[in-house]
Amino acid sequence: MVHGICIFKDSSVEKRLFMTYFILQFLNGLQIGSIYALIALGYTMVYGIIKLINFAHGEIMMTAAYFIYFFMTLLDLPFIAATILATILSVILGVLIERIAYRRLRQASRLSALITAIAVSLFLQTLYAILFTPDPRAFPLTASSFPVLHAGEISISAWTLITIAVAVVVMILLQLFVTRHKAGKAMLVVSEDLKGAYLMGIKVNRIVSMTFAIGSALAAIAAALYIVSYPQITPYMGALPGIKAFIAAVLGGIGLIPGAMLGGFLLGLVETMTRAYIPSSVAQLSEGVVFVILILVLLLKPAGLLGKSEREKV
Amino acid sequence: MRKSKSKKVFTTVLLVSLAIIMLLTSCGTAAEPETTDPENGNTEAPGETGDTIKIGGLAPLTGNVSIYGIAVNNGVQLAIEEVNENGGVLGKQIEYIVYDEKGETVEATNAYNRLVNDDKVVAVIGDVTSEPSIAVAQRAARDNMPLITASGTSADITKQGENVFRACFIDEVQGDLMGAFVANNLELKKAAILYNVSDNYSQGLTDAFTARCEEEGVEIVASENYSSTDTDFKTQLTKIKTAGAEVLYVPNYYNDNIMIVRQAKQVGLDVPYLGGDGWDGVLSENVIGTEKNDADGAYFTNHYAQDDPNEKLQSFLSAYREAYDMEAVSFAALGYDAANMMIQAIEEAGNTDSDAIIDAMKNLEYEGVTGNITFDDNNNPIKTVSIILIKDGEYTLSTKMQSDE
Repeated sequence: MVHGICIFKDSSVEKRLFMTYFILQFLNGLQIGSIYALIALGYTMVYGIIKLINFAHGEIMMTAAYFIYFFMTLLDLPFIAATILATILSVILGVLIERIAYRRLRQASRLSALITAIAVSLFLQTLYAILFTPDPRAFPLTASSFPVLHAGEISISAWTLITIAVAVVVMILLQLFVTRHKAGKAMLVVSEDLKGAYLMGIKVNRIVSMTFAIGSALAAIAAALYIVSYPQITPYMGALPGIKAFIAAVLGGIGLIPGAMLGGFLLGLVETMTRAYIPSSVAQLSEGVVFVILILVLLLKPAGLLGKSEREKV
Repeated sequence: MRKSKSKKVFTTVLLVSLAIIMLLTSCGTAAEPETTDPENGNTEAPGETGDTIKIGGLAPLTGNVSIYGIAVNNGVQLAIEEVNENGGVLGKQIEYIVYDEKGETVEATNAYNRLVNDDKVVAVIGDVTSEPSIAVAQRAARDNMPLITASGTSADITKQGENVFRACFIDEVQGDLMGAFVANNLELKKAAILYNVSDNYSQGLTDAFTARCEEEGVEIVASENYSSTDTDFKTQLTKIKTAGAEVLYVPNYYNDNIMIVRQAKQVGLDVPYLGGDGWDGVLSENVIGTEKNDADGAYFTNHYAQDDPNEKLQSFLSAYREAYDMEAVSFAALGYDAANMMIQAIEEAGNTDSDAIIDAMKNLEYEGVTGNITFDDNNNPIKTVSIILIKDGEYTLSTKMQSDE
């Protein structure tokens, strides 16, 4: 039994502790949700534009993590510089993958493209396991280097707040890009109707590459935020966050940018808050709750929370 | 048209190089045995006859717990080399055949089968961590193969059969002594636990710790868990902090432990940490990275302490340093003792018959690097346990307790 969490007592001390605990866990959920949201955006944008679930996206995040690690340990670069460099390289990797693995299959069946994506994912994981060994590597910068902030009874690491802030800023910038900037608006157009966009004279190949580029950049930023909090780098580290981000994207409405943002934060919160409030003996159920919610949402709203089910008018 | 032709060439070159990479990676992925060859290299005869006596080994030389596997294997090899230099056992040289099981139970059982069926060893030293050790011990019991694990601490390992022994104390002892430590040495009243629910080792330590705490009147204010694929523990740690824990028992392996400690700081949890021998190795460069003081304030049960002045220990430590150009961790000492115990048993048995070896092991009186060891009725050793404190980024000996305290 955990003391101070009982919500049925109503003395003011209990109420204050209850609020403190709630806020702490809420922030924890927002932090991991930020990372899911950033990765989910990559999935959703790629799906929106070419209707492909890019299973290799988690591996782009993992590649970025390795890049940042090597730039910091082998080249002695500071964290921000290493991240910027890693982002550029991840963008190149993402665009390359699209060029080599997916472009030719744009007219092929969706299944072929899906299988290719899985193949790319496995290839990258195995390649890194061979090149760098599967032994976990310690990342040189951890959240311990950042101060712990106190407000009353609430203690929280500055890095948690930094993660949330960076993610929110990046998402605002992305939203501005797709609504104001010409290339961003073109991306939305291609998502609506690929063939129509060709006819309108939009350079579709370029827009697709740009989409992969942005998605990869977001994954690299997510990687940077992730490895400071969880400083262990392995070739398989992108797999679980990748799957969760994919679920988040589907939850919010696959293909919709606001959907990925909502889905990511929601998933992080559900994961954390369920675990925070159910008894420890059944704590493993919290893993299952996320999937149950996904099933429920899809049963009631198949296009996701923000998705619109469009009926084809014949 | 020129553009598409150079594109075709580019793509072809890329595909060919991909194919070459695939070919290269498909070779050399099977677990390869590493043998220490005697002078004549006779590998055809089974273990009993011929000019060598074959002893098999299993260890995770790569993967999540490779630090332990490499250490145990080094210790075993050092012991066998020393024995071979002094004439071997029963007048013959020892041939040591070891397989890398990569930290996976399935690989371990496959490798064990290879040792028994293909290499025809007379005894096996392995495995290193508890989960694979239990699986291998089950098979060894069926084959009546003398088996000693250097470092597997789960009680279930030796329960598999009379032929299964171990060189280290069992998990029950570790958890039990830590419970006593909280009550009698630290004199604290409220403890919390964060353990890996999908690991036999963590579960065993947790159960024993909880039981002893209850006996000593220490309240367990929170008992949280996680599973092997988790990397985020802040939810559980926030719960533990809010529950008012004064000390946290973290009975898991080193990779998870350092993550837990770091995240605890992030949620403002500032208490002493306790753990088991899975903490050993946490100060290694590639585990703790550059922030070397992050593990300070942790106490854990271990098989010996580096600054212990015992003569046998110190001469082992310098021999190890010379042979491998690195400091021994306790798993290396356990490997060394396990190998020497098996060799002494074979010598005392007088031949390589399984039953004779097993009998000799049961009656063994061995003076080793990790203490003076005899076996109890369950084939578990009666020996001393060292409590290590991590201070200023170093392992230091805090106190010693007897395993039956």
